[in-house]
Amino acid sequence: MDGQHIIDCRELTKIYGTQTAVDHLNLTINQGEIFGFLGPNGAGKTTTLLMLIGLSEPSSGSATVCGFNPTREPLKVKRVVGYLPENVGFYDDLNASQNMHFVSRLNGIPEDIALPRITELLSIVELETEKDKKVGNFSRGMRQRLGIAEVLVKEPQVVFLDEPTLGLDPDGTARMLSLISSLSREKNITVFFSSHLLDQVQKISHRVGIMLKGGLVACGKIDDLAKEKFGVDQEIHTLEGIYMKFFKEGSK
Amino acid sequence: MKGMLVICRKELADHFSSTRFILLFTVIFMVSLVTAYMVGTGLREELQGMTKPTLVFLLLFTSTGKLFSLIQFIAFFGPLIGIVLGFDAINKERSTRTLSKIISQPIYRDAVINGKFLAGVTIITVMLVAIILLISGLGLTLIGVVPGPEEIGRLVIYLIISIFYISFWLGVSILFSILFRNIATSALAAVACWIFFSFFIAIGSGIAADMIAPIDQNSIAANPERLIQHEQARNILSLFSPMTLYSEGTTTILDPMRKTTQTLLLMGPMERLSLSRFQNPLPLLQSVYLVFPHIISLIAITMLFFAISYIVFLRQEIRST
Repeated sequence: MDGQHIIDCRELTKIYGTQTAVDHLNLTINQGEIFGFLGPNGAGKTTTLLMLIGLSEPSSGSATVCGFNPTREPLKVKRVVGYLPENVGFYDDLNASQNMHFVSRLNGIPEDIALPRITELLSIVELETEKDKKVGNFSRGMRQRLGIAEVLVKEPQVVFLDEPTLGLDPDGTARMLSLISSLSREKNITVFFSSHLLDQVQKISHRVGIMLKGGLVACGKIDDLAKEKFGVDQEIHTLEGIYMKFFKEGSK
Repeated sequence: MKGMLVICRKELADHFSSTRFILLFTVIFMVSLVTAYMVGTGLREELQGMTKPTLVFLLLFTSTGKLFSLIQFIAFFGPLIGIVLGFDAINKERSTRTLSKIISQPIYRDAVINGKFLAGVTIITVMLVAIILLISGLGLTLIGVVPGPEEIGRLVIYLIISIFYISFWLGVSILFSILFRNIATSALAAVACWIFFSFFIAIGSGIAADMIAPIDQNSIAANPERLIQHEQARNILSLFSPMTLYSEGTTTILDPMRKTTQTLLLMGPMERLSLSRFQNPLPLLQSVYLVFPHIISLIAITMLFFAISYIVFLRQEIRST
């Protein structure tokens, strides 16, 4: 790790049977930035995330996360990396704080440190009044916020969020996005998240990557991508426009 | 190690508070009460007038009383306890999407399956110890005979064999919960397996032996070798059933008067002679020697099935969806 790049993928490839899910992916992420990961369904975003946290082994190529190789040292990576899966699950018959205590115990956090930390995190995600309610009764937005709180219990350096805003109402989406941007701003956590809500991604991401058919077709600041695609004089450029342009070119 | 204990603790809490467990425990509690009462009162009548009865205490567990003995009960329904404890171990975590969350925490992946198995074995142990103590306690008051050290030793060995026997079925059902995504499928598969190995093999071994070494009434006199072949084939095949292994093993351990697991037909002349000469009960160690192969096989198949589940689980790709 050269101090700057907290995530570094080199020629990362994953092949399921005859299908190539991720095809020679090269990607670097800087410390403390919010990286929006875009792409149509089945482009290989989740597979890339799984390889980066060591849940899935790459067929070839390698990656470095926080200076560790997720394939060879999965435990070291998992200690500093938080992962929020798409549609995260909870133990529905336990309440919010019991669910969080379970995760903190799995991380080996002593109870006397865990208790204040969990209380603080639940108040950050605005669930402190619901902490004794069973998670089975939670709404989707509450579950997603609890998921974020759970990811933060281990005080990670990097968090991977897979579709954190999927299925949330506009208010829930706005709260989730402001939560994500505050992570990077206040705690200097690197956020790597995938989403389909392009205007939302545009609002909070420092850089974006667009993935298509297992390969990265574009990666950089939104302004730079816009210049590349629409020319300098283009005044208004939305991420949506850029995305669709890449998507159409890639699908040809 | 630490992750395994955390998972195990969570599983134990889940089991103890689940309706399934309370129902199961109530049934077993009732059955052991009934067994103890039935056998206890029956024994008291039988022992009336005997001057110095020996090794009475163990009869509480082996005597069939009016219906069945505890050994028979555990042999039949013990597997069901194991299956109930394990059939949704992994696929439930998958369907609630908690599995990918757990294994993205800094624990080894095997901690999940080890913790679940350990929790199941703990529950089984608690259950069996409770049953044995319950029957012992009731038996003490009903027949008024105190167990000696040897009888306690035999009970402890019986307990260990029973734990392995039920854990075997726990291992089988955990394996099915890894293989099948659907909870109902894994439960049905485990029950089907239980029925096949417990009941069909017992019946099937007789039929298979008829095919391997057919006997008919006319040729027995001319060809006694055939009869022995038939009996041996049946014997070997029936040992493929864990229930046979368990029943033969535990009855020999708990009944010191049983000096062989063979049928009279398969015994050599010397063995028959010594059986009729020596009427005293076997010492504990000799009983253990007698069924040592049974015990070892039972432990081996338990470990084998757990090892298979372990390997299958570690090799499985885990996706969030």
